Amino acid sequence: MKADPAGVLTGVHYLDGDFACGEGAMAAGCRFVAGYPITPSTEVVERISRRFPMMGGTFIQMEDELASMAAVTGGVWTGTKCMTVTSGPGFSLMMENIGLAAMMETPCVVVNVQRGGPSTGLPTMVGQGDMMQARWGSHGDYELIALSPQSPQEAFDLTIVAFNLAEVWRVPVMFMMDECVGHMTEKVVIPPSDEIDIVPRVLSDKAPGDYLPYEVNGRPVPEFVRVGDGYRFHTTGLTHDERGYPVMSVECQEDSVHRIINKIRLNANDIVRYDEENVDGADVVVVAYGITARVTRMAIDMARTEGVKVGFLRLIVVWPFPEDRIREIASSTKAFVVPEINYGQMVLEVERCAAGKAPAILVPHGGGGVHDPAVICQAIVEAAK
Amino acid sequence: MSTPPNTPLPEEHPIAPYLRMDRMPHIWCPTCGIGTVVKCFATALEETQLDLDKVTIVSGIGCTGRVAGYMNLDAFHTTHGRAIPFATGIKLGRPELEVVVFSGDGDLTGIGGNHFIHAARRNMDLLVILVNNFIYGMTGGQNAPTTPTTARSSTMPFGNFERPFNLPHLAASCGATFVSRWTCLHIRRLTKCIRTALGRKGFRFIEVIAPCSTLYSRLNRLGSGLDLIKFYHDNSEIRHGADTRELEIGYQDSFVCGNFVDEERPTFLDLMNAHYEEVLGDRYVRMPPEGGWIHE
Ligand SMILES: Cc1ncc(C[n+]2csc(CCOP(=O)(O)OP(=O)(O)O)c2C)c(N)n1
Ligand code: SF4
Ligand SMILES: [Mg+2]
Repeated sequence: MKADPAGVLTGVHYLDGDFACGEGAMAAGCRFVAGYPITPSTEVVERISRRFPMMGGTFIQMEDELASMAAVTGGVWTGTKCMTVTSGPGFSLMMENIGLAAMMETPCVVVNVQRGGPSTGLPTMVGQGDMMQARWGSHGDYELIALSPQSPQEAFDLTIVAFNLAEVWRVPVMFMMDECVGHMTEKVVIPPSDEIDIVPRVLSDKAPGDYLPYEVNGRPVPEFVRVGDGYRFHTTGLTHDERGYPVMSVECQEDSVHRIINKIRLNANDIVRYDEENVDGADVVVVAYGITARVTRMAIDMARTEGVKVGFLRLIVVWPFPEDRIREIASSTKAFVVPEINYGQMVLEVERCAAGKAPAILVPHGGGGVHDPAVICQAIVEAAK
Repeated sequence: MSTPPNTPLPEEHPIAPYLRMDRMPHIWCPTCGIGTVVKCFATALEETQLDLDKVTIVSGIGCTGRVAGYMNLDAFHTTHGRAIPFATGIKLGRPELEVVVFSGDGDLTGIGGNHFIHAARRNMDLLVILVNNFIYGMTGGQNAPTTPTTARSSTMPFGNFERPFNLPHLAASCGATFVSRWTCLHIRRLTKCIRTALGRKGFRFIEVIAPCSTLYSRLNRLGSGLDLIKFYHDNSEIRHGADTRELEIGYQDSFVCGNFVDEERPTFLDLMNAHYEEVLGDRYVRMPPEGGWIHE
């Protein structure tokens, strides 16, 4: 369906990435946000708390991030689209309930405007060190989806995509911004509401007696209902059967957990998104995301003037990772170069998928700033030799 | 009236419609006190004649945390300590619902203590029923923030030297508008109390003292669960309106039960709606009572 006009601030704006993300959420139909202040993410909820009262939305500043994530997970079951917003330290506190959302198959969006870490790290300065935590941070085995925008415009556009993916696959979606994208101000075009496609919450039309909350009948995800509509359903973070009842058995674990993993793994090619440029025939392919993708573009131009055939693959959906595409490229390129503002996270995925066919060369940055394009350029030139 | 000897038992227990009978038998130990609290809750639901489709129950983790799973309501078994914020999300997402939190002392006031005090402060419209068995039951009898001083627990094998919470006082001083304490043998009074609380708004807190027969009772050599239920009942004095400062519970000491607070104050949602209506006037759009579900 098309977006509810109440949440869409159509026009051409000059916005920072945090505000643009907030606008994206409101355009996507988000009407409940619970959060706890943390730099550099707070502007997202500040924006929302200013505009929500005019569109039937509720924002609550909770007592901590444990509460924020729990409130969002509960709120989703009312049919309302929900989001929470944080940065590294708060992201760590949210992990247990992100696992609950994955286990209960609760679609929601968790925004992490990444700053330098670990611990309190660099509160006001950029980092990309939570990329693996986004994927693996909660205990146990599960799959989810994560995206990484490279600009305020994408912070708007991809927040809508994040809400839509959450609905389709019934997973928590991690929206992995970074401080630079969050705080950079650029032109953001917000289209009219009738040009914005949103995936609404689709409810089961089964009668209460016929409905089982986790019955899939061969589909990847179960049908949804809302709390308060007479279904008297039960859901739990314990391993559960189709009725949502706890079953402590090897078989039920296999059926239920393997399904929530496979709904993403087996459909990964429908979920992955990346931008590609001059990859075929390139000697070196650079893989980057978020703000680092912007810096990389300059590095690539520099390397090309030195005569290197460079391709670029920009990750937009970072999890699930575009395994098949990296595998393909690995057999035609000499090397991958992976700049990121951490000491090696997504490069491990590139390396895993390249499986020894091409080296994956990390260009690390500890955080607090972005790479010097010359350093990335040098890595490209070296890799091409 | 006594039942004539040959009358067959009714096929269905009177509260069966309120339970998920397909999940019986339950996991609780014989003579555990949690079951009678469930019975009182179900009876209160019946007496209030609330539309059960609009009542939802949220539990955390623990033996008491299993209550949600046995109630024939929309039911959420969440994470340890987070029942209150989870329930807050439901309440704010669909304000017309009656949201009940049912969980243990450790869950709600140990790991979940921060949420408890803030939900009370905000007067979040939730009914919180807390079963206080003075211990972490599910994990094997470890010390709780409610364990009386000198009582033994598996992690205080030489007796607890910490001072426990006085829960009604904690709730009242944080702003709860309805505060009571009963034991699980005060069947009639507890049922009435829950029924009354279901008719109120705001952060409503009911503490129910109940035996953990398997752990607390055994570790402290207090006899069977039935002995302990009777002890609690017989050693509790009913004092409605008592000063909540005087409600501490000493080890195997007498204590006070009753209804202590019953006030009317605007809830979080009342305050939010009134405030935005005042400052924003016609520009304010309330979330509809049935929630913010956007659909075709
Ligand atoms: C984050 C987390 N920490 C610890 C546990 C283990 N745990 C499960 S139940 C429980 C204590 C429950 O005590 P209480 O709330 O008093 O419930 P009771 O079993 O006594 O009814 C603990 C510590 C857990 N499930 N999750
Ligand atoms: S361990 Fe204690 S609290 Fe848990 S069911 Fe048994 S008696 Fe009840
Ligand atoms: Mg307990």
